[in-house]
Amino acid sequence: MGEGYFPSPFFTIRGYIMEQLKSSQDYDREYDKKKEKVKQKAPFFYKLRKTHKYQKYFFIFISLLLPLIFYLGIRVMPTLFTFNMGFREWNLLATGERPFVGLDNFVALFQDEVFLKSLLNTFIYIVIGVAGQLLFGITVALLLHKINRFKGLFRVIYFIPYVTSIVAISWVFQWLFMGNGFINDVLINIGLPPQPFLGSPDQALYVIAAAMIWQSIGFQMVLFLAGLGNIPQMLYEAADIDGASPWQKFWNVTVPLLNPTIVFSAIIGMITFIQVSFTQVINMSSDGSGGPLDSTISVVVYIYQQAFQQYDMGMASAATVILFLFILGLTIFQMKVLTKKFDY
Amino acid sequence: MKPGKLLPYIALIIGAVVMLFPFIWMLSTSLKAPMDIFNLNIIPESATLANYIEVLQESMFIRWFLNSVIIAVITTVSVIFFDTLVGYIIAKFTFFGRKFLFIVILSTLMVPVEMLIIPWYMMSSELGWTNTYWGILFPGLMTGFGVFLMKQFMEQIPEDLLNAARIDGMNEFSIFFKIAVPQVWPAISALGIFSFLSNWNAFLWPLIVTESSSLRTLPVGLSYFSSGEAESQWHLIMTGATISVIPLILVFILLQRHIIKGIVLTGMK
Repeated sequence: MGEGYFPSPFFTIRGYIMEQLKSSQDYDREYDKKKEKVKQKAPFFYKLRKTHKYQKYFFIFISLLLPLIFYLGIRVMPTLFTFNMGFREWNLLATGERPFVGLDNFVALFQDEVFLKSLLNTFIYIVIGVAGQLLFGITVALLLHKINRFKGLFRVIYFIPYVTSIVAISWVFQWLFMGNGFINDVLINIGLPPQPFLGSPDQALYVIAAAMIWQSIGFQMVLFLAGLGNIPQMLYEAADIDGASPWQKFWNVTVPLLNPTIVFSAIIGMITFIQVSFTQVINMSSDGSGGPLDSTISVVVYIYQQAFQQYDMGMASAATVILFLFILGLTIFQMKVLTKKFDY
Repeated sequence: MKPGKLLPYIALIIGAVVMLFPFIWMLSTSLKAPMDIFNLNIIPESATLANYIEVLQESMFIRWFLNSVIIAVITTVSVIFFDTLVGYIIAKFTFFGRKFLFIVILSTLMVPVEMLIIPWYMMSSELGWTNTYWGILFPGLMTGFGVFLMKQFMEQIPEDLLNAARIDGMNEFSIFFKIAVPQVWPAISALGIFSFLSNWNAFLWPLIVTESSSLRTLPVGLSYFSSGEAESQWHLIMTGATISVIPLILVFILLQRHIIKGIVLTGMK
């Protein structure tokens, strides 16, 4: 048997005759049983081993070919290329060689006040943004968890900003917060002094951060609603028996059990705010490039200006390397600080 | 109703007004005549569609809209296909370099897209990809996030199910399409929604890689329109904003159940 299995001619002939005869149903059934026994599993295993192994590797190879080219060519290589460029003098306008200059670009960046400002601003956007969206997200989720009617309607309303274009929203906010816009009109009507908002170096950053938070509340709400739904009611009942106040229940039951959701949404929030801080700053700041007086500029906006307005790819790449380390550091920090083990 | 029960409703209604007001004000401004826009009336005294006619005739909003649809649809189909396939292979096969491949893909998650725009731009201008559809969409064709997500879901498919199909003589391609894929439909639709939304809203890369107005996507077009052609003409800017916001809101309201479920599903992984 094994690989060299050949069906005996005797069975073939007998099978042929039997097939022709098909005299009695009973006999047929018995014959089928015998046939199965004789054939056993040899040809099956043989086929599986030979064709299947070949087919499996063929499948894996064909399927991974394009993804491999994509990840290496469009993700990994460009990343390495950016690191390389960051250590070179590389201006698109200047022809000729691109000499290796060591840490010069990094030194120049840390002496550039605008860059330091952009780094600080990005940090503020992330801190205010993540804190704000967590706070409002949890609050809305807790409120929605309490009510029975119109739950679906509220959920849809709070979620709408998340699916709308950030560019469009930025212009709407700019329109609302203009010097003679709606918000100032309301302030004047109720007897308060009008505010410069986006025109003031002190306030513009916070207006932009508010727009970011406003847009992400819905997303956070959905995450936290799901997290709340996963907390067993039993724990609250146990807390009730122990005579815990609502505040104690929130801090000792809800928050610890929401911990995974909090970590997840803080990290997702950080990554989105770094991206959004470009779109929103370009479309909301008074001069369209991080003004007034660079008070709203973020690192991504700075990179964009260095690369596509100054054509200084070396400096821009060095700035992206710093941004990368910055994100890496913040992620590790968030995981360490926010992830705690609780015993129940 | 007890006052204690009413309180959450009041808070939620105030919040809902804050969430909806910018849209209402946007719509309201877009329906006003230019001299009325600084009035505080929410319902315009004499509503007019003149702004819409002007915006649609004078600028290329319809073209930008189509560009956005084309790019978001192509990238979403590609992301769904490749991420699901790669996730399946990493989850269900053992082969040389599997772990390494997975680590490479995961590590791309750590690198922000902003870091790659400079090499992408230089690559695109070298290869003549700037100012083409391909140039806009190539960075989004596959995502590390999607591979990771699909791997998590594919791991839950019982091995016996796949082996049973193999014993029945199904080839690997049909096993993937007919056995594995139907098991993870909810995750696939969630991935599709995320991919569509992020490509629809993408701003930085399309801004860099497009030059001619006719290739712009909706966000890039709207941004140029608002700071250029329509500068300070807020009735026109708000009309453009409404045109770019309303279709997606309508789609969302239609599909909201699936979208919210999808977010919950991915958030729990």
